[in-house]
Amino acid sequence: MTLPRMQKRTKILLILIGLLPISVCIAAGIGAYQILPWRIPRILFFREDGFAVLVHVRFPRVVLSASVGAMLAISGATLQGIFRNPLADPGLIGITAGAGLGATLWIVLIGGGALGIWGLPIAAFVCGMLVTLSVWKIAEGEGKVSTLTLLLAGIALNSFAGAGIGLMTFLADDEQLRSLTFWLLGGFGGATWPVVFITLPIAVIGLFVLSRQAAALNAMSLGESEAYHLGVSTENLKRWSVFGVALTVGAAVSAAGGIGFVGLVVPHLLRLLGGADHRYVLPGSAVGGAILLVASDLFSRTIVAPAELPVGIVTALIGGPFFLWLLIRFKREVFL
Amino acid sequence: MIELKNVGYRIGEKWLVRDINLTIENGTLWGFVGPNGAGKSTLLRLISGELLPTIGEIRLLGKLIHSYEPKALARLRAYLQQKRDINFPFISLEIVLFGRHPYLNGTKETAIDLLIAKEALQHVEADMFAQRLYPTLSGGEASRVDIARILTQDPDLFLLDEPTNHLDPRHQVQILDLCKAICNRGKTVITAIHDLNLAAMSADQLLLLKDGITVASGSPETVLTAELLSETYAISFEVLPHPNGYPWVMPSLK
Repeated sequence: MTLPRMQKRTKILLILIGLLPISVCIAAGIGAYQILPWRIPRILFFREDGFAVLVHVRFPRVVLSASVGAMLAISGATLQGIFRNPLADPGLIGITAGAGLGATLWIVLIGGGALGIWGLPIAAFVCGMLVTLSVWKIAEGEGKVSTLTLLLAGIALNSFAGAGIGLMTFLADDEQLRSLTFWLLGGFGGATWPVVFITLPIAVIGLFVLSRQAAALNAMSLGESEAYHLGVSTENLKRWSVFGVALTVGAAVSAAGGIGFVGLVVPHLLRLLGGADHRYVLPGSAVGGAILLVASDLFSRTIVAPAELPVGIVTALIGGPFFLWLLIRFKREVFL
Repeated sequence: MIELKNVGYRIGEKWLVRDINLTIENGTLWGFVGPNGAGKSTLLRLISGELLPTIGEIRLLGKLIHSYEPKALARLRAYLQQKRDINFPFISLEIVLFGRHPYLNGTKETAIDLLIAKEALQHVEADMFAQRLYPTLSGGEASRVDIARILTQDPDLFLLDEPTNHLDPRHQVQILDLCKAICNRGKTVITAIHDLNLAAMSADQLLLLKDGITVASGSPETVLTAELLSETYAISFEVLPHPNGYPWVMPSLK
């Protein structure tokens, strides 16, 4: 197709895809032990000084933050499409709060050390899935799922899970409170290859499932019955989208805690640059989200080095004002 | 083309439409008329396959409407909804191109799809806002873009819910002329329409509904009579012959 918009989108996608490895190399190089980005291939190939730092410390962290960023951003874009509302957020169907509840329950009632490093992420993932499944079951009636009920049930269960998190915070002792806070604010301090090897395949599956919904999401933006009249099986669309979002956000929150704003800001930025076609917004958000979190994580671990700022604070700190700027500057074009 | 046998649709205890028997032939322009809440839109949505009839059956080309795959059905019939709101910054041309969705299988639109979309926009005199953001269009402009989308879908059966709403007389007539032209190509159009005179002027056949039940169906001359209309709308009407041959309907004040 020769639409100028199409060419522009292809260009944006190519630029983003080019920026991703660059940002990965820069982020992998910077830290207490400095490595120049263009030396990374040499170091990897000849096992020169810095090989251990790169392979065992930096790369798992960078790869994990890129996967989490991609999952959060594409999930945000998908939910915005499903709910036909540009303000939807991956937290909306209860997955984030559910995972948070699972994690806090684990930390306070069972103890952070049980089942090794796996106890906490598994508790978070299972609990997030359970909450989203309940949201889905509540919205399901006569073989159809009402989008509005999905949204309302999500809000209700979110506040319920929020109350649970609050209660656990109240019950926690000082040490628990500290690990709880750190977990809720999100971070990649726990990034190791085993975590990456579990998260990355989920990310790949999730991105595949979600990006396949793009054309149907376009039709969905006209309205649910319009989408049906255009030949979209809207029930399948909702089922696969919620499944994909629950899977990816569940994995993202389990691996890195609660990181806000990525799922909201990145799709908006993509729409601002190249329009609303989901066949461009979904892949663009995935790559953009990956870049954003790699950069945010770099910032969070270098700004107060040797200490580390929770990355959730960084994304909210950059994301909030940036979103406000978008809101003021591009009111008409983006928010309408 | 379409056959409805004893069709009824109920929500809770209330029948929105009931006992509808109707055969719609290829190449005809049907108008569904009747007061607010008479069941015109419900009947259109039943025929589109969106709603499942509580009783009775609806066949499209001899096959039960619910046995079609959504995509196959979307190549056969298109539906124009009354109200539309879109919260994303799509330009009009993109909205029109969505009409090609049933023909794409995860592929991008081709130059031919684009050509079809642009032609459709010209048909409804909307090509000048092809590049404008859809949510910034006025009601009438947006309506024309939506009609272009339906044309781009290229179905055999057009279901139009109030296609002349929000349009000035020029564009109302233009849309009805377009419906006529579609029928002359052997395709079928069903419109739900409030304006009785626009209905009289354009439709081959009318179905007059009240409280979900058929009051009358047939040619405009047989349906749009003073007695039937007064009974249906509970106000008095005068019906005169228009110089062009169709009935001319005027409600009168009490």
